[in-house]
Amino acid sequence: MNALEIKDLHVSIGDKEIIRGLTLTVPRGEVHAIMGPNGSGKSTLSKAIGGHPDYVVTSGTVRLDGVNILDMAADARARAGLFLAFQYPMEIPGVSNANFIRAALQARLPDGEELEATDFYAQLYAEMDKLEMSRTFTARSVNEGFSGGEKKRNEILQMAMLKPKYAILDETDSGLDIDALRIVSAGVNAQRGPGLGALVITHYQRLLDYIVPDHVHVMVEGRIVRTGGKELALELEEKGYDFIKESLTTV
Amino acid sequence: MSTDTLDIDRTRGDFSYPEQHTFDAGTGLTHDTIDYISGVKGEPDWIREFRHKALDTFLAKPMPTHWASHDLENIVFKNIRYYLANAQKPKRSWDDVSEDEKRTFERLGIPEQERRFLAGVEAQFDSEAVYSNIKAAVGEQGVIFCGSTEGLKEHPEIFRKWFGKVIPTGDNKFSALNSAVFSGGSFIYVPPGVKVKHPLQAYFRINAENFGQFERTLIIADEGSEVMYMEGCTAPKFETATLHSAVVELVAMKGAKIQYITVQNWSANVFNLVTKRAIAHEEAEVKWIDCNIGSRLTMKYPGVILKGRKARGEVISIALAGDGQHQDTGAKMVHAADETTSNIVSKSISLGTGRATYRGLVHIPKHLKGCKNNTECDALLINSTARTDTYPAITVRGTGNSSQHEASVSQISAEQIFYMMSRGLTEAQAMSLSVNGFVNDLVRQFPMEYSVELKRLIDLEMEGSVG
Repeated sequence: MNALEIKDLHVSIGDKEIIRGLTLTVPRGEVHAIMGPNGSGKSTLSKAIGGHPDYVVTSGTVRLDGVNILDMAADARARAGLFLAFQYPMEIPGVSNANFIRAALQARLPDGEELEATDFYAQLYAEMDKLEMSRTFTARSVNEGFSGGEKKRNEILQMAMLKPKYAILDETDSGLDIDALRIVSAGVNAQRGPGLGALVITHYQRLLDYIVPDHVHVMVEGRIVRTGGKELALELEEKGYDFIKESLTTV
Repeated sequence: MSTDTLDIDRTRGDFSYPEQHTFDAGTGLTHDTIDYISGVKGEPDWIREFRHKALDTFLAKPMPTHWASHDLENIVFKNIRYYLANAQKPKRSWDDVSEDEKRTFERLGIPEQERRFLAGVEAQFDSEAVYSNIKAAVGEQGVIFCGSTEGLKEHPEIFRKWFGKVIPTGDNKFSALNSAVFSGGSFIYVPPGVKVKHPLQAYFRINAENFGQFERTLIIADEGSEVMYMEGCTAPKFETATLHSAVVELVAMKGAKIQYITVQNWSANVFNLVTKRAIAHEEAEVKWIDCNIGSRLTMKYPGVILKGRKARGEVISIALAGDGQHQDTGAKMVHAADETTSNIVSKSISLGTGRATYRGLVHIPKHLKGCKNNTECDALLINSTARTDTYPAITVRGTGNSSQHEASVSQISAEQIFYMMSRGLTEAQAMSLSVNGFVNDLVRQFPMEYSVELKRLIDLEMEGSVG
């Protein structure tokens, strides 16, 4: 099946279990949103799927188009078609943005094959234009001294260049003003299509006005507790997460 | 990060080809060894005497272990061969170089482009130059570019005047050793006003087990002249320690400019103990660009004696200390005239159990006016087992002089590595990219061909250092 399939996933950091039996399927071509209160494990989920060594999967499976990725290191998962847009993108001093993206693309080519530089820059500039990023960002060190909005645009730029099959966007809206939110969302929407399955993680409904999801999941205490259409996000906005929590305790 | 298991993989440099040496001084060092070397080289008496005196100085001097690494005590001088050479005359064209040697050069990856761009190539294969290609253009400008032996025989009037004057025999134990047994190295003289358009390059390597290499280089840039010299070294890996102890003397006359660039990649068993110093006369500029990769222990502190008014000295250095290696490097700036300026920028990377030490000496005495020094040293630690030390000794006296010093220590975080890996880069690629990023602003000062090579060397080191 062409999907990102997460089955009965359990994830711990140290002794503490954060994800407690999470099951979720994101087929290629669909955009799913995960909403949840702070501390529900949303970021843990994205790091665990991305392959961060501190996030230990104790049981369950994660499959990418049928292939179990849990035995792979983070880089192999990325080359298999996974992309993680970070909530807090890291700064890499001395490494230019263009060289970084180029190295990432080069890492996907077979040994001995070289990335065509002219095509690369043509494509990079085209994608930067879409995100309203100045050309100076090619020569600047990755994320170093970037504003919050610039960092997020840079994440979406990398996603556009790397063309993943599945993308997880972790709180991409955090720290964005309304203009930046509009630009970043347009960047994501431009990449929507049959080739991409996306999982958009957010605390607020606001982002989902711009990136309209096909399905919305609500995550509480490391599990998906409700699944619905995009209207579920509006309901949450109106009633708050307490409404979900209450309904859980009453069940 | 799985960087606990560190085993430096050297895909370049770990190879050697069978060789026959016509001249071999055998192991150990006595006055007979000196006579053998001097005899084989057919040297004049003054240099033979110079060598004998130097040997006495060497034997009399203690090891500098009161401040330097005790690892020096592991050098067994009696097991070292002090002179090896083929009977062949230095060759002038690439076609004359034997296939074995060509293969070695190919493995070293001297890019074809470099051969094209670089004017003169003086490659030292063991103690004698086997390949030497001096472009007509350089010769036509009156520039002398030859081996040290040829220099002292053919151009004694210039050679004798400066030889051993910048770095006297007794400067330190290893300069004395070099003075006793030196062979190979370059002699360059640039006449007044001549600006050498192309950089001059020497590429040399040690290719015999237990063979100490003691090259001796002397460069004199006469008034208002300019020259750039590049040296690159790499050595094959052998089981027992190898000693490399060079002496490099530079003389920049009034208004002259010298740039001396070293990219060095010794294998992990080499003791690399080098003395490099320059004298800068009035308004002269000397710049040392130094990159140290590999070796068991490197001790090297390029210096400039700022002798004339408004002279300028600069040391730009990069050191990479791999597992079990110690890079003890730095710079010396001795201000001896008014309005002299010096700049030291040093970056070191330590990985595994590697250790990088920065030692800087800056001296500005009280009677001088308008002198300035700037020192920056940054260290990057890759693992928690790596070590870095900084020993800056800055003496600035007098009211009209100034010095500023900045130092930093940083680490590549696991989060940075994860970020890069999540883009598809392997751990090794992510590490190399960060390390290259750390030294990037310095690497830019290297000529293009060298910066490419440097990047490749760093990549190789990093590939070997992670899981």
